[in-house]
Amino acid sequence: MKTLCRYTRRMSAFLRRHYVGSRLMNFAVHAAAAVTVLVLGFLVAYIVVRGVPNLKPSLFALQYTSDNQSMLPAIINTCTMTFISLLLAVPFGVGAAIDLTEYARRGSRLTRLVQMTTQTLSGIPSIVYGLFGMLMFNNALQLGYSMLSGALTLAIMILPLIMRTTQEALSAVPDMYREGSFGLGAGKLRTVFFVVLPSAMPGILSGVILAIGRIVGETAALMYTSGTVAKVAGLMDSGTMLALHMYKQASEGLYLNEAYATSVVLLVLVLLINLLSAKTAKLMMKGRG
Amino acid sequence: MNSSNAFEVRGMNLHYGSFHALKNIHLDIPKNQITALIGPSGCGKSTFLRSLNRMNDLVEGCRIDGDIRMDGEDIYGKIDVNHLRKRVGMVFQKPNPFPMSIYDNVAYGPRTHGVKNKPQLDALVEKSLKDAAIWDEVKDRLKKSALGLSGGQQQRLCIARALAAQPEVILMDEPTSALDPISTSHIEELALTLKDQYTIIIVTHNMQQAARISDRTVFFLLGEVIESGETEQIFSSPRDKRTEDYITGRFG
Repeated sequence: MKTLCRYTRRMSAFLRRHYVGSRLMNFAVHAAAAVTVLVLGFLVAYIVVRGVPNLKPSLFALQYTSDNQSMLPAIINTCTMTFISLLLAVPFGVGAAIDLTEYARRGSRLTRLVQMTTQTLSGIPSIVYGLFGMLMFNNALQLGYSMLSGALTLAIMILPLIMRTTQEALSAVPDMYREGSFGLGAGKLRTVFFVVLPSAMPGILSGVILAIGRIVGETAALMYTSGTVAKVAGLMDSGTMLALHMYKQASEGLYLNEAYATSVVLLVLVLLINLLSAKTAKLMMKGRG
Repeated sequence: MNSSNAFEVRGMNLHYGSFHALKNIHLDIPKNQITALIGPSGCGKSTFLRSLNRMNDLVEGCRIDGDIRMDGEDIYGKIDVNHLRKRVGMVFQKPNPFPMSIYDNVAYGPRTHGVKNKPQLDALVEKSLKDAAIWDEVKDRLKKSALGLSGGQQQRLCIARALAAQPEVILMDEPTSALDPISTSHIEELALTLKDQYTIIIVTHNMQQAARISDRTVFFLLGEVIESGETEQIFSSPRDKRTEDYITGRFG
């Protein structure tokens, strides 16, 4: 009886100690979550408070002048640039990922080499891509300051990102889907395009969304390639992007208020793109899992 | 080749790398009967099943020699593998409906083999779902995702999907091991009704299941066929001591 008492006493001390520990842990993770949300909230609030009062209709004039500081050309260029870069990068990125996960032998030397290369490429700072783009597209290929050389540079920059996310999405597709398809007499091509790829679509799309985020927020890679002319640009013209436009306004020091207004628009644009992509992903998943 | 046999296997050996997984298998599998493959885990019964529709081709380092004939034709000879897999359908251990609608799941096989005509496809889907005894449960939700079905329903859907490809043989790899008893009895009844039209080969860990539904039983042990014959005979008077020990639950 005595030993039993001692045992229960020790047990309850043990539990108490752990109870305190788990309370502490609980508090710590809640605090971490709160700090994250607060920082983000503060950032957004700051931009909105400083930016919204400065939003004037003249900021959305079709023609940019140094007086009106219009950002409309930059907005349009941003959309064009995003579209062209994705058009260039997505087919290659997704195609390469399909080859690596579905066709190449898993764990072969080639796969490992490509894997390592993409990992290294995604760690390179964007200014390096910018310099490369300038030397390669602007100078060597004589495209000059143009949306095209900007888009080519961005495409190279986001290629590893798209490839990696697609690869992850494809490897996350359970093998039992592939087996099910082969078991019904479907070939490799049909299996990949009708079963594997659709199942991986949400993952691939989230990669594309990340890529869009990088494109829209990119400045360094574009400074030397597409340039900073604030005009609605065609494929071969130089044209500025929203983030670059904002950088210029802020760095000149004269148009800080306009820069805040621009950043509000940039924020809204990114949010819109994300919402839109989430919507498309949902739409594509209709009638599926 | 005896025309009442769906498969005739002669001197078949299978290696995974250096591991000798199936040893000198001789076996006849008769048409329109249910053949049960039993044996402890790792004895090679699933591996054997998967060699009949060449699913082992997908496994790296797998090597097969010997002779497996389906209707007299060497299935490891110059044949179209996709066509073989159309003729020899498969139902897997875990229900694996594709993440698409119920209709698209069942239509996947026929579409793969070139059926495009919509009324024909509709009829085939309906017939397959009826044959798999799941039509009444899903007829109002054909456009809904197949992943919303219960486990037992999913497995019957997978059977319907296999039937829709119009196979001659259906391989079932422990089709009820992930299911509850009621769903299991559904699948067993289904197998019994299907054997009039199809040859069924089923791998099972469940001795009662083999005894309940199969006409013939094959006992595998360590990659060898120890005994094969009428299910009645195997379960009532096994010739080999090891078979007796296994079916009476002395090991396995």
